[in-house]
Amino acid sequence: MEQIQYYYFNLPIMRDALPTMLHGLGLTVLMALTTVAMGVGAGLLLAILRSYPSRWIRWPIICFVDVFRSLPQLVIIILIYFALPYAGIEFSPFWSTVLGLSLVLAAFAQESFWAGITATPRGQWEAATATGLSHTATVLFVILPPAIKTSIPSLTNRIIAVTKGTALGSAVAVQELLAHAQSIQSVVANPSPLTLGALLYMAIFAPMVAFSRWLEWRYRWSR
Amino acid sequence: MFLENFFDINAIIYTYPLLLDGFLLTVKLVAVIVPAGIALGTILALIYALGGWFTKAGFILYVDTFRSLPPLVLLVFIFYGLPFLGIQLGSFASAVLALVLNGSSYYAEIVRAGIVAIPKGQWDAGRATGLTRFQTIVYIVLPQAVRNVVGPLLGNTLELTKATSICSVVALPEFLRTAQIAQSHVYNPTPLVFVALVYLILLWPLARLVSRLERGIATH
Repeated sequence: MEQIQYYYFNLPIMRDALPTMLHGLGLTVLMALTTVAMGVGAGLLLAILRSYPSRWIRWPIICFVDVFRSLPQLVIIILIYFALPYAGIEFSPFWSTVLGLSLVLAAFAQESFWAGITATPRGQWEAATATGLSHTATVLFVILPPAIKTSIPSLTNRIIAVTKGTALGSAVAVQELLAHAQSIQSVVANPSPLTLGALLYMAIFAPMVAFSRWLEWRYRWSR
Repeated sequence: MFLENFFDINAIIYTYPLLLDGFLLTVKLVAVIVPAGIALGTILALIYALGGWFTKAGFILYVDTFRSLPPLVLLVFIFYGLPFLGIQLGSFASAVLALVLNGSSYYAEIVRAGIVAIPKGQWDAGRATGLTRFQTIVYIVLPQAVRNVVGPLLGNTLELTKATSICSVVALPEFLRTAQIAQSHVYNPTPLVFVALVYLILLWPLARLVSRLERGIATH
């Protein structure tokens, strides 16, 4: 028991590590927020574009979505960071990670929004068109608002799953939370910083997971 | 120039024994982690459905803890942290433990959602024919519950399969790791591109199937 406390909950070590780890946490949060903004934004745009009746728009979007649903997140990040420079395209570790995760989130968010759009009854489209609205106006003002509401639970789950991937940034040397936890751990030869890191991750994600549980519960009873 | 850098056949011919080993290790990881995750997740969901409020609270604690921890954080903790307590698992066992803990929490939540969605009448009917609570859930409720959540179960299997690539970080020579080693041998990103293409070709049909099943649930 004493051993467990010494190695995993060593308070003096945790206290010394905390300021650096909080810096890492700040970067983790920044990466997560940037990823959500870029990924959800791009996903929404793609879902809107997909509603246009042209296969030249629809097929490339379906391909994009399938590719980024099939590839592991870490493979995408490693490709961006280690392979793209051979084509003369270089991204910093931070942007390699954020870009990789945003592409994945865009694919999944597109699926969520698209499921919401296709769940809209046909009559809504017909009614909107009958009042003289253009396709764009119909999608933006009639179809999208309820579709977004329908997609919120699945979108929340995807956002949690993808933003947890910010920890993968440590594999391409982003100085985020996990990277700091590991480097301090190897300096002090004590894994308490890893415990602290895990607790800090839980401090961000546990409320989000609880929120998604509440959302699913609420949506089930409102129907 | 572009082809030379990203699709250099010679780089693949030169490194393919290494890549093949990596591929086989990834297959082995998936073959262990996915069944173990499904089994543990189903058992946890059954315990939830049969237990009182105390076991239900324990279930939620387990599931939400492992859903809030990034799998890589869990893996690093098990691989680098546990040896201090004298528990030296090695990279394969660490990877299996981390991903089974992570995967089982998602599977458990999916199966639980399927079970609670089954109408109460099914339970009553089972009990009325003289089955015990355990028999009712195993023979009557669970089969229907699983049929309703096949889409999310497959979706999680896809995610778990992709997640095995994080094991490269603890120097487990799985597919992605061998691609990185191969890249450093040939000074060329072709092995990375090749590995990404193999992932894509093998997982694309699964991703298609998952989105078809999810769409099916949305429209019915």
